[in-house]
Amino acid sequence: MLFFSFFKTLIDHEVTVELKNDIQIRGILKSVDQYLNIKLEDISVVEELKYPHLSAVKNVFIRGSVVRYVHLPAGAVDIPLLEDATRREAANQAGKAK
Amino acid sequence: MADTAEEGNTVAEPLDLVRLLLDEIVCVKLRGDRELKGRLHAYDSHCNLVLGDVEETIYVVEDEEGDDDIKTVSRKSEMLFVRGDSVVLIAPHSRPY
Repeated sequence: MLFFSFFKTLIDHEVTVELKNDIQIRGILKSVDQYLNIKLEDISVVEELKYPHLSAVKNVFIRGSVVRYVHLPAGAVDIPLLEDATRREAANQAGKAK
Repeated sequence: MADTAEEGNTVAEPLDLVRLLLDEIVCVKLRGDRELKGRLHAYDSHCNLVLGDVEETIYVVEDEEGDDDIKTVSRKSEMLFVRGDSVVLIAPHSRPY
């Protein structure tokens, strides 16, 4: 749930999603769900000449499982808040395990 | 389990080790001959991660007539989310493995 909430705070920011087949897609993050499936708008493909498949596409849905990385805008991330949320999530998980 | 694993610095399960690495520089080994070095800002039980000031190293083997030359490619990123299913191991940076 932590990363689901985290990605929701990044909606309307520009991100670059790198897929497991090395394609990188830059676009505006429009929505995300519990599986970390991602919807991007107004996309462009990094190294378009190498990966011309998506040249005509503007909006994409990306299945969460094919994502390797998401490059994020550092300025949009509240690091202390994120680390606190992580500790809270870790404590929650430990509580469940008992 | 009484009050171990609660907030403190006890290591009761493997992910507690990762908890102690929050806000520290870590080395992450990934599938596909990749390594990341950066500051750990977030993780969850799937090993999804957020790293800051990351350097990624990709090891590429070039087979030139039987000579296996290993080339490395480096890339930097300010803030990176890593999906957990690519993660192989997470280690403190200072400790070689």
